[in-house]
Amino acid sequence: MSSKYDVLVIGGGNAALCAAIAARRGGASVLVLEGAPKFYRGGNTRHTRNMRCAHDAATEILTGPYTEEEFWEDLLRVTGGQTDEMLARHMIRESKDILNWIVEQGVRWQPSLGGTLSLGRTNSFFLGGGRAMLNALYLTAERLGVEVKYDAEVTDLVIEDGMFLAARLKRPIGDETEIRATSLVAAAGGFEANIDWLKQYWGEAADNFLIRGTPYNRGSILKMLLDKGVQEVGDPTQCHAVAIDARAPKFDGGIITRHDSVVFGIVVNKHAQRFYDEGEDIWPKRYAIWGRLVAAQPDQIAYIIFDSTVVTSFMPTLFPPIAGQTVAELAGKLELDPAALEKTITEFNAAVLSGTFDHTILDDCRTEGITPQKTHWARKIETPPYLAYPVRPGITFTYLGTRVTKEARMLMADGKPSANMFAAGEIMAGNVLGKGYAAGMGMTIGSVFGRIAGREAARHAKN
Amino acid sequence: MHGTRILDEADRLMTVCNSCRYCEGLCAVFPAMEMRRAFSDGDLNYLANLCHSCGACYVDCQFSPPHEFNVNVPQTLAIARAESYAAYAWPRALSGAFARNGLVISIVAALSMAAFILGFAALNDRSVLFGVHTGPGAFYRLMPHNAMAALFSVAFLYAILALVMSVRAFWRDIGAPVGGRADGGSIIQAIRDAGELRYLHGGGVGCYNEDDKPTDRRKLYHHLTFYGFLLCFAATSVATLYHYLLGREAPYPWWDLPVVLGALGGIGLIIGPVGLFTARMRRDPALLDENRYGMDVGFIAMLFLTGFTGMALLVLRETAAMGPLLALHLGAVFALFVTMPYGKFVHGIYRFAALVRYAQERRTAA
Repeated sequence: MSSKYDVLVIGGGNAALCAAIAARRGGASVLVLEGAPKFYRGGNTRHTRNMRCAHDAATEILTGPYTEEEFWEDLLRVTGGQTDEMLARHMIRESKDILNWIVEQGVRWQPSLGGTLSLGRTNSFFLGGGRAMLNALYLTAERLGVEVKYDAEVTDLVIEDGMFLAARLKRPIGDETEIRATSLVAAAGGFEANIDWLKQYWGEAADNFLIRGTPYNRGSILKMLLDKGVQEVGDPTQCHAVAIDARAPKFDGGIITRHDSVVFGIVVNKHAQRFYDEGEDIWPKRYAIWGRLVAAQPDQIAYIIFDSTVVTSFMPTLFPPIAGQTVAELAGKLELDPAALEKTITEFNAAVLSGTFDHTILDDCRTEGITPQKTHWARKIETPPYLAYPVRPGITFTYLGTRVTKEARMLMADGKPSANMFAAGEIMAGNVLGKGYAAGMGMTIGSVFGRIAGREAARHAKN
Repeated sequence: MHGTRILDEADRLMTVCNSCRYCEGLCAVFPAMEMRRAFSDGDLNYLANLCHSCGACYVDCQFSPPHEFNVNVPQTLAIARAESYAAYAWPRALSGAFARNGLVISIVAALSMAAFILGFAALNDRSVLFGVHTGPGAFYRLMPHNAMAALFSVAFLYAILALVMSVRAFWRDIGAPVGGRADGGSIIQAIRDAGELRYLHGGGVGCYNEDDKPTDRRKLYHHLTFYGFLLCFAATSVATLYHYLLGREAPYPWWDLPVVLGALGGIGLIIGPVGLFTARMRRDPALLDENRYGMDVGFIAMLFLTGFTGMALLVLRETAAMGPLLALHLGAVFALFVTMPYGKFVHGIYRFAALVRYAQERRTAA
């Protein structure tokens, strides 16, 4: 048995829901298949908080302006030019309208909590966070008549000559084992939770990775599409990784396991050796490099070491720091060689030059005579208790995706556009974001291309 | 760590929430939390009483159950809140009244109403008790005005004393380390926030009750109940002024101010509690402190009983039912007064104090 819809959306996050809503508003009958159970619906959107949109003037929720050109320059900088300029500029242009469109779909922005100082300029924040945003989109979709199925894992896609015909289900819905649709929107994310797939590029080290999102981001739809002749985009070996607390759960620890404390201390590996300049750049810009740096260390573990003078310099953390009255005691608790840690800290302290500490700028507190240097914010670690956070790589998302056109239409390996297959969100983010990341960009990609994909999928179906 | 298991849990949750902060725009609890890095018992009791139980942070939280972080702020703070009522109760000896509150309220209400019935019957002739009385002073043929005024003044003053002593203990506990008295501006801000139930709004979209849809109408029912209560209180106050200043005795004609205020208030006190009770029964158990069913329903029932007997008295005051109904109504009101410091009524007092404290903190931070 099979049933037929105008538009089938596979996935359940921001991009999927924007696509479903846009398609439904375009007059199409729409089915959303979310592979996760209801609670875990929405993939990485669950853990997001804000979106980056261009705007020409300040609003109630944003100081301004953040022009298209500036957005483009930011994107160019973080990707190091690994972006499709035509697609990227199109997305940035469309992002302006998304600020309002997303509100019409029920999503609420967080107003200022204390004057304009508390507002962002580039990013607007979802009131209540990403899950609140998702809840609003689901309510709107269901009110419009979009059908949504959870635990609806797709095991196969029937595609002929770049034309989507049907999706096969692992568990039947009613007595349907196959869903046919006139158009397909694939918005099922990347493969960051697929450890076996990660191992293809990272080897056994991937076993020590922690996954920041749900275990349902397995990339199975991405894999099916690439296997069936869709052109790939983005570096398959790369993923966005930050350093998160090593005590975090294997999956879905989300935002609260992150650490902002690297710049306030030193980072050592399991041999108690420093391995990178902790003071290289202003924190948000360098936030994302530490996942990869830790991944390259033995056993994929590292320790942020600091002292009691800086504890209140960063956000309170989920897991308390591990403390020792002496460096040796701390080393013992971390199972590091006490002599090695003492030597590292003594050498570091001896190399610290005096300066005027200011964590908001690239200050003049630096080291001299050690390798690697700490080029900013270097202060002696000498006031007990000595404190540490153990960190591991926390994988956020992957870059491999399906190549698309401006209409979010997938391109086949032979360069021809697919007749009826569209993609949105992380599954095609690699078109715009070849590497790197800037806060809120994933949601921009999801909403902009989700809306486009839904609209185009409905147009195809209704023609 | 803390005195109780629930405060330990509240501490754990506030540590989780303080490292996330996605909910900071939803209500006052999270911004207040962000002003702290560690939480004393008083801090947690403050946050618990600041929470209006709108449910938004539960529905919006990526870590709520079944997630292994098991973040359930509304339920945890509801339990902590109820335990704080007992912790700050005055005199301490009566804090046990919160343990089986529904039973306590029921017994006090039943005894109080029975006492009035028996008292009326003992002091009055059958023909007076079941007689038809009309015109000024009709009520006082059953119970002399001065006796009525004295009895209720004592009950009311006791309730005020007990509430003041309790909230003083609470205020001291949550005031640290800033401490000190409340300033006028903060009090006005708190009156505004409490008067409009500013934080019972799910962050603006509406509250959550039975499911993940913001369709809850508790705010409306609470307004009906609260303003109904105030109108009834105003009716009694106006009547007292009439009595002593103008020498005019109840019952008053239907168009007169005490009756109009009382009737409007009575309608609120009937519809409001019924709505709140229905919402309570339909509320998702995940959001509820299930052990406080008796306390929640006991208070709702007392308000309803007060409104209902009052309205019945108004409608039937010129019939033979007036005597028994007056006894029931007075019994209900008396029980309401004496149980005020030992039941759900205190939620309003503690929450108001917490709102004053929050307004103060905001001013200090600004």
